[in-house]
Amino acid sequence: MAAPPLSAPLDIAFDYTRSLGPVLGRFMTGLRDGRVLGSRTADGRVHVPPLEYDPVTHAPVTELVDVRPTGTVTSWTWTDRPLAGQPLDRPFGFALIRLDGADTALLHAVDAGARERMHTGMRVRIRWAAERVGHIRDIECFEPSAEPAGPPGTGKSDPVMMITTPIRLSYTHTTSADESRYLRALAEGRLLGQRCPVCRKVYVPPRVCPADGVPTEEEVPIRDHGTVTTFCVVNVPFAGQRLDPPYVVAQILLDGADIPIPHFVVGDAGDVRMGMRVAAVWREPESWTTTPENIAHFRPTGEPDAPYESFEEHL
Amino acid sequence: MSAPRVAVIGFAQAPCLPSAGTTSGVETLVPVFREALADAGLDRRQVDFWCSGSSDYLAGRAFSFVNAVDAIGAYPPIAESHVEMDAAWAFYEAYVKILAGEAETALVYGFGKSSAGRLRRVLALQLDPYVVAPLWPDSVSVAALQARAALDAGIVTERAMAEVAARSRADAGVSEPVDLAAPYIADPLRRHDCAPVCDGAAALVIASGERALAGPRRAWITGVAHRIDVQGLGERDLTTVPSATAAASAAGLPDDLDVAELHAPFTHQELLLRAALGLGDRVRINPSGGALCGNPMFSAGLARIGLAAEQVRSGRARRALGHATSGPALQQNLICVLEADVREAES
Repeated sequence: MAAPPLSAPLDIAFDYTRSLGPVLGRFMTGLRDGRVLGSRTADGRVHVPPLEYDPVTHAPVTELVDVRPTGTVTSWTWTDRPLAGQPLDRPFGFALIRLDGADTALLHAVDAGARERMHTGMRVRIRWAAERVGHIRDIECFEPSAEPAGPPGTGKSDPVMMITTPIRLSYTHTTSADESRYLRALAEGRLLGQRCPVCRKVYVPPRVCPADGVPTEEEVPIRDHGTVTTFCVVNVPFAGQRLDPPYVVAQILLDGADIPIPHFVVGDAGDVRMGMRVAAVWREPESWTTTPENIAHFRPTGEPDAPYESFEEHL
Repeated sequence: MSAPRVAVIGFAQAPCLPSAGTTSGVETLVPVFREALADAGLDRRQVDFWCSGSSDYLAGRAFSFVNAVDAIGAYPPIAESHVEMDAAWAFYEAYVKILAGEAETALVYGFGKSSAGRLRRVLALQLDPYVVAPLWPDSVSVAALQARAALDAGIVTERAMAEVAARSRADAGVSEPVDLAAPYIADPLRRHDCAPVCDGAAALVIASGERALAGPRRAWITGVAHRIDVQGLGERDLTTVPSATAAASAAGLPDDLDVAELHAPFTHQELLLRAALGLGDRVRINPSGGALCGNPMFSAGLARIGLAAEQVRSGRARRALGHATSGPALQQNLICVLEADVREAES
C-alpha cells in the first residue's frame, strides 16, 4: 500500500492595520479613555457598537452619545475550552450585552467563573484592560456586577485613527498523492515527472493536467539538467531572503519535462541568458528531505545554448 | 425578448469525509466534474461558463480557486468566475449569466478542506473586523447565542432540536443516536445540534434552450433570490430570519411545495428557517439528511439545490426548494425554487 500523503504544519500570521473613520475612531478613542459611545440613528435608537450609517435613512451617523459601562445579558453561551485569541484563557461565557442607555447588544466575553452563574438578564459591568490603546480589547471582558468600575486614566488625548489586530492561523497542509511521490523521490535525490495520458505532456512536479483536467499517472524520471527559459535578476533585499542580492531566479525547463520549475542560478548574474544550459547542484545527501531545497541551486554547464525553438513553447 | 428558461440538468457531490487528503481540492474535484457532466450528458468543452465558491481562509492557501481550475482543463481558454461564498451564490451568478444570454450552459462548483485548520476558529474571521473578529467568537459559539435567544423566546426547545437531529440522522443513515443527556459543546448546543466538520465538493450543471431539453432529466428553475440581514449580531432579532422570508417572497416560493432542502448547519436553524419560510408539516424537510449530516464548507448550500433538483428530476417531487445560507447565524439566505413543469413560462 502506498505511503500516506505528506503533510506539514502551516502557521500563518499577519498584523492587520485598519483605519477607523470618524465613527469607529471616536468609539475606539472612547474605549481608550474608559468611555463607551453609541451612535444615535434618526429613529432615536442608540447602537453599541456604533453604526456608521443609519440602516433606515442611509444617512451618515454623526451623533455619538455616552452609554453606561454596565448592562444586561440578552443571550449567552459557555466556553469550557477557550480557543487561541479569545478574551480569556479560562472557561468563560460569550454573551450579547445591552449596555445601559443602548438599544442594541454588544458581543463580548463574561468572566463569570462558572456556567451556572450565567443567565439571560444577568447584570454585568465592563472590566477595563489595564493598558488601553483604542481597540475593542480595551474592554478586557465583562464581569457579573451591577456597579460600574471606573477605569484608570491613560493620560492620552490624541484621537485613535487606526487599529492593529494580529491574526494567527494554524493549518495542516496536505499534499496530493502525486506530489508526495515527487517529494519522496527528491529525498532520494531523484526528480520525478508524470505524463498526461491525453496530451502526453510531462509535468514536474506532477499535477492534474491543467489543459485536459485529467490526473497524470505514468511516472517519468527527469534529468537534473535543463535550460533556462526565462529569468530575472533580484537586486532588492527583502525579509526571509536566502541569498544575497544580486542573484538570479530562473525558470528551468528540465530535460524531459514540459513545464519549467523555478530555481536559483548561481554564477555571474550578468551572464545568465535565455537558452543557457544548467545543471542542479545538490546539497550533501545526508541533508536531503522531502523538499526541492535539496537542490541548492543550478550552475551553468558550459554547453552550447539551447536553440530558442527548443523552449519557445514553454515561455 | 423573454428571459430563457433555465434548468438543473446535472449534479454530483464528493463524499463528505472528516479529511479528504490534499489541501488543494483539485483531486477531489476531478471525479465530481466527470460525474456531474455525465449526469448532464455534456462534454466539458460544451460548458460555456464555470463558476466556483471557495475561500482561501479554509486551508490557508492563497489563490486556491485558481489552483482548482486545473481540474477543469482550461484549454482552450474558458470563461470562469469565483465567489468567496458558498457556491450557491456562484450558482446565482451563473444563473444570471444564462438569463442575460451570455451562456447557455454552466457548471457551478464549490469545494473546501475544512479539516485543514480549526474551522470554528477560522470562521470568526468572517465577522466584523473592528469590533467582533478581534474577540475570536467561534462559529459554534455564535450559533449558540442564536439558539439561546430562540430557547428564551420559547420558539424552540432542546427536545425539538434533538428531534431535528434524529430525523436528519435517520434520513442520512447515520446510526449514532441523539443524546439529550450529552454535555454541551457550546451551551445550549450539543454535538447532535452541530454539523460535523467535513471536507467535500459539489458540482451543479445548469442550462437553457436546447441544452436544457437535450438531457434525460431536468428540474426547471422557476424562482431564485437572495437577501441579507444586517451584519451586527446585536443589531437584529436572532430568532427571526427576515432575509430568508424576503428571499422566499422575491423568488415566489409556492405554498404547495413537496420537499425542501434547507441549509441549516445547526438544529435550531432548521426550526427558525421553517418558520421564516412558512413550511408546514406537509413539506418533506431534508430527505438527504441535510447539512447536519454533512456540511462541506462552500459546497453544502449548492448541494441543497442539487439535491432538491434531484427530487424533481427523479419524479419524487413536483416542486422543491433548495436553500443556502452564508455568514454567521443565518445572516444571508438564498432561495431556489425547482419544478417539474414550467407553468406560465411554457411557450
